[in-house]
Amino acid sequence: MSDSNPLAGTPRRTRDQVADLHFMDARFKLLDLAAFLDRLEKASGPEDHRVRGLRAALPLLLKSGDDRVAQILHLWSDPSVTPIEKADTKAASGVWPGLK
Amino acid sequence: MRYIEPHGHMVSRTTDDYQAMALAGCAAICEPAFWAGFDRKTADGFYDYFCQLTQHEPKRAAKYGLPHYCWLCINPKESEDMKLADDVLALIPEFMKAKTVLGIGEIGLNKNTRNEMLILEKHVELAVKYDQLILVHTPHLEDKRKGTRLIMDVIKAAGKVKPERVIIDHVEEHTIGEVLDQGFWAGITLYPESKATPVRAVDMLENFASQRVWLNSACDWGHSDPLAVPKAMQEMRRRGHSAAAIDRLVYGNPVRFLSQSPNFKDPQALR
Repeated sequence: MSDSNPLAGTPRRTRDQVADLHFMDARFKLLDLAAFLDRLEKASGPEDHRVRGLRAALPLLLKSGDDRVAQILHLWSDPSVTPIEKADTKAASGVWPGLK
Repeated sequence: MRYIEPHGHMVSRTTDDYQAMALAGCAAICEPAFWAGFDRKTADGFYDYFCQLTQHEPKRAAKYGLPHYCWLCINPKESEDMKLADDVLALIPEFMKAKTVLGIGEIGLNKNTRNEMLILEKHVELAVKYDQLILVHTPHLEDKRKGTRLIMDVIKAAGKVKPERVIIDHVEEHTIGEVLDQGFWAGITLYPESKATPVRAVDMLENFASQRVWLNSACDWGHSDPLAVPKAMQEMRRRGHSAAAIDRLVYGNPVRFLSQSPNFKDPQALR
């Protein structure tokens, strides 16, 4: 058996076909994101590091290329390479807190 | 259409979920040991959990016509307590004698700490000693990329583990390439919010040519969906992929990986 999965090299689709399948899904998610940012505007206090990370990712949406998801996930990732001594929580927040 | 759920925490799910999965075409379920949502205090708690995985849960699944398999370990979230972890590791060989145990898992890292790394190394040694398959949990969110790389380094440093006998689960767009490039299998976990959605999973499948990939729901006690794999199948159909191609991904691939364990039986062959 060859080492290729049967979905790779996918049938090429037109942009209209992709939009027909997924535009409404993307539309409501974009509106939800806009509503979230509006909600933040009305709230008080300093900017949360997670929101700072989200704002830092927004320009990546407008760049050309086909790896936006990977770029955003890399942006939000802990860049260090060695184990930490001890964790102060079991949870992850979604954005590396040191992201500027 | 048939599929295999290669990663579902069924002890956390209801019988309604078993029924829905069976109706959706599920042919077998594999359940890695994991965190209960709280830290267990004693090895006795894990002894009972391993009894549940190897004895009770297969009977519950059988009522819906579903073969049930499991993986054994202490998960990384409870690895900070080294004494507890060592005591639990000592229990595992006895439970490996059960006919439904597929290997060691889901081991890995959570916050990428030194103690988590030490216990991961001990799990890998155990897998090597008993010639077991390995199922790896990679960390969540911002800890995933670093943790995935550390885990692969530990497995490679062990020296005796064939990468094709290891599945590294919960890959996303920024980790799947490295995992496949190093010869491991990659698991894409379908979650409503974290990890990958069915739509993103199908994008990844279209972008990465390797056949060493499976899809799973990792349904558990949190926000998760036991029907996530059939929903990804529906997305593949919407995009025009053939029934044969979908079958190879959601049934054939898990069977190919899991059949490396002598305990796994192709459900089709059982009928």
